[in-house]
Amino acid sequence: MPTYRELLAQVKAHIDEIDSSRAHELLASDEPPALVDVRERDEWDEGHIPGAVHIPRGYLESRAESALPDRERPVIVYCASGARSAFGAKALEELGYGTVSSLAGGFTDWKRNGLPTQLPVALEPSKRKRYSRHLLIPEVGEAGQLKLLGSRILLVGAGGLGSPASLYLAAAGVGRLGIVDADVVDETNLQRQIAHSTQSLGEPKVDSARRTLEALNPDVEVKTYRERLTSENIDRILGEGWDVIVDGADNFPTRYLVNDASIWHGVPVVHGSIFRFEGQVTVFKPGEGPCYRCLFPQPPPPELAPSCAEGGVLGVLPGIIGSLQANEALKLVLGIGEPLVGRLLLFDALEASFTEVALRRDPACPVCGESPTITEYVDYVEFCQGTAAHA
Amino acid sequence: MTVVRIPPTLRAETGGERQVEAEGETVRDLLDDLVDRFPALRHQILAGDSLAPFVNVYVEGEDVRTLDGLETPVANGATVILLPAMAGGR
Repeated sequence: MPTYRELLAQVKAHIDEIDSSRAHELLASDEPPALVDVRERDEWDEGHIPGAVHIPRGYLESRAESALPDRERPVIVYCASGARSAFGAKALEELGYGTVSSLAGGFTDWKRNGLPTQLPVALEPSKRKRYSRHLLIPEVGEAGQLKLLGSRILLVGAGGLGSPASLYLAAAGVGRLGIVDADVVDETNLQRQIAHSTQSLGEPKVDSARRTLEALNPDVEVKTYRERLTSENIDRILGEGWDVIVDGADNFPTRYLVNDASIWHGVPVVHGSIFRFEGQVTVFKPGEGPCYRCLFPQPPPPELAPSCAEGGVLGVLPGIIGSLQANEALKLVLGIGEPLVGRLLLFDALEASFTEVALRRDPACPVCGESPTITEYVDYVEFCQGTAAHA
Repeated sequence: MTVVRIPPTLRAETGGERQVEAEGETVRDLLDDLVDRFPALRHQILAGDSLAPFVNVYVEGEDVRTLDGLETPVANGATVILLPAMAGGR
């Protein structure tokens, strides 16, 4: 039976070791290796090498595949002194990583040589607990949660789509939520607008929604705009700085204002709409995919707009579509997955079916095309006043 | 015969039908057949001789404007979707 020292010596004889200055050179190169810190959490919290991924030694085998998906990319493993990382390097080799080395002397030697270190921006314990189910997902993790907490999402409409979208975004810890809505809560809203309640009847929707969201998650700052979006106020509201717009408006003039403004402000829009049993979701990302006007260059004339009297919507439908919008918004903020850019998802609640159609950029688009003909906001005539606002 | 999916906002024009059958080897023939039988649809999908700017037609998931427009061929059994702009969010 070997002693620990003998075992360590055997492992070190088998793996590659790299010294701090060579590691520093490689990390600064054009194709830097992946860098894994296998120390414990409290050691990581006191400082680490910039760019490192933290996987405590005990989790290295189980988390390596998701944290280090490319087995061909060289990996440098480090710990405090070079012992745990030697065992870690051996484990990664056994998992099929082609080029693995252990940092000789570990973080201690790195610091002694005056090489750069950084303190992690860490979640405080209460947030660590609240968002634990996010932290457990490698694609989100602590870095992703910090992104969410630093993100700003503007919701246009606090109705059927805005209610579920805002609830999930608040629960997820989006740091700042803006809500634009001029309406007050009425009884016909409560069949589906779950951010409001019987107690909030008669209250401005933005205030009712703010109370609900703050009760759900006090980490979220809710900024309210009790006004209808117009060509007069949209630059002021968008100018406050938003990472994503969630469009849950209920009328064409607002849809077109949001679209044009999003192009000019360079903010992606998560678009959703609903009617009876059917809904649609897509992402309009300026510069990368089509915009609403590529899809529909102009709104239908008022006389051909869908009749308001025939409106109505199954209560749960906005819950489904609004949740899909929240999903897209979170993906955009986190920079993960395949957002619905250039894809329109159609949902039919009666069939319980999804259909996808392709959306393409129109080079002749009047707003985002090669020679734009629309360069200032257009205030379209409002059709379907009254009933439409709650359709 | 081709099955054309009618969006919820245009079902009043098709007597409530969610999908209807139509005949035609191109999108133009197909839509002509459709508006012959459901005349109220004409102004909802066509502007004179072309597609109205507030409606899209998809053949097998692709916008016909990015194919050959109204001359896009429609294979037997293809899925055709009419998609007008829809604004509701409340």
